[in-house]
Amino acid sequence: MIAPGGTAGNLVRGGASLSFRFILICIVSLALMFLDHRESHLSTIRQGFSVLVYPIRLAVDFPIKTWEWADRSLGERSALLAENEELKRTRLDANARLQRFAALEAENRRLRAMLESSARVADRVLVAEVLAVDLDPYRQRFTINRGVSDGAYVGQALIDADGIVGQIMRANPFTSEAVLISDADHAIPVAINRNGLRTIVLGTGESTRLRMPYLPNSADVEIGDLIVSSGLGGVFPSGYPVGHISEVERRPGQGFAEIFVDPAAKLDRAREVLLVWAPPSQLTQESDNDTDDTDSTNLAEAR
Amino acid sequence: MAKRAISWKFPALTLLLALLLTALPLPEIVAPYRPEWVPLILIFWSLLAPERFGLLTAFWAGLLLDTLSGALLGQHALALVLVVYLTIRFHLRIRVFPVWQLSMTIVLLLGLYEFVLFWVDGVAGRSVPMIERWAPLLASAVVWPLILGYLDRYRRDAQVRV
Repeated sequence: MIAPGGTAGNLVRGGASLSFRFILICIVSLALMFLDHRESHLSTIRQGFSVLVYPIRLAVDFPIKTWEWADRSLGERSALLAENEELKRTRLDANARLQRFAALEAENRRLRAMLESSARVADRVLVAEVLAVDLDPYRQRFTINRGVSDGAYVGQALIDADGIVGQIMRANPFTSEAVLISDADHAIPVAINRNGLRTIVLGTGESTRLRMPYLPNSADVEIGDLIVSSGLGGVFPSGYPVGHISEVERRPGQGFAEIFVDPAAKLDRAREVLLVWAPPSQLTQESDNDTDDTDSTNLAEAR
Repeated sequence: MAKRAISWKFPALTLLLALLLTALPLPEIVAPYRPEWVPLILIFWSLLAPERFGLLTAFWAGLLLDTLSGALLGQHALALVLVVYLTIRFHLRIRVFPVWQLSMTIVLLLGLYEFVLFWVDGVAGRSVPMIERWAPLLASAVVWPLILGYLDRYRRDAQVRV
């Protein structure tokens, strides 16, 4: 400090202006929150900040990636050989299935042509890595290393090798924030693969199970049924697996059954995900004969 | 004579470190007990040099934290500014507390911090579990004496000068 007198003077004057500045900054923060929540006008500001934060994300991700790389390069020969064997076997399996799939696809295209409905085009995909960054621990979210510069957009679907993972919530220049289907605020329109029954799957906040609360007790569901995305709502492409029904509790006296779904994708262990560009024709094609108002795909206020 | 003994570089470094530690992924079991590094560091520096690290520092740090954690823009900023305001307001009183009393004050301030975050989440209609909010408080109370010890040289310098 400079001098005792100066300090005291500073303190008195500082006290008054401190409160004033405090209130001012509080108002600014509240205004920011309001704008961000209601209007989402702040995407440019947010993107600016995300560029600032990008080095931090990389810095956190780097040592972990390095560790994994070291782990892999120093891995035991026998373990690597075993893994290689395993991969070869699954590849053979997948290839065998693909052969049949090619014929089926051709047949499907012919049939669709006969029905004069638009052909299903294969979806374009891009591999994205999940950055090892913890976002808010109370939500099921993560960051991926693809952003607007790679063509990612808000609402884009993410899948992994086994099923749907989630969707992009915020697209920044170099990274994107994704919300998982297991987030408590997330809902995805689905259909039961066996009978085409349409409903909505909600997240629970746990990465190992999802809820399906809107089916009546009399609905035709069985444990083990495959749930696929229905494509309604236009966010998720149709036909990708979401999960299997793991638990059905029919409650007499209650309107709806309590049904839980085991997610197909490895939500908590995903290191790589695929961004999907679904051709828009497919979406309109899928939803034109459905007049439900269940289109609230993204971040529906669940309850 | 020793004015501006604390340069901005070292505090900025610690703040950066705090942001890194906040973003560092932890194993599932430990993750709920992550200490609130950023408010702790901000409280420390605003306690030491309130004339240099004030509300605006807290505001910008909060906005960075918001972007990093994908929260509403301004949520952490509001909570941090509130905590730092109280710290600066009472810094002369808090500074002379013994360590355990200081720790209690920190827990109180961080409780307020968590409450603001929780409140904003509630108003914005985001569902958030209640119980897990209080685990970081414990961890922060444990970590606080460590921060104090590690940065003690600066603390002593400041106390000598003020």
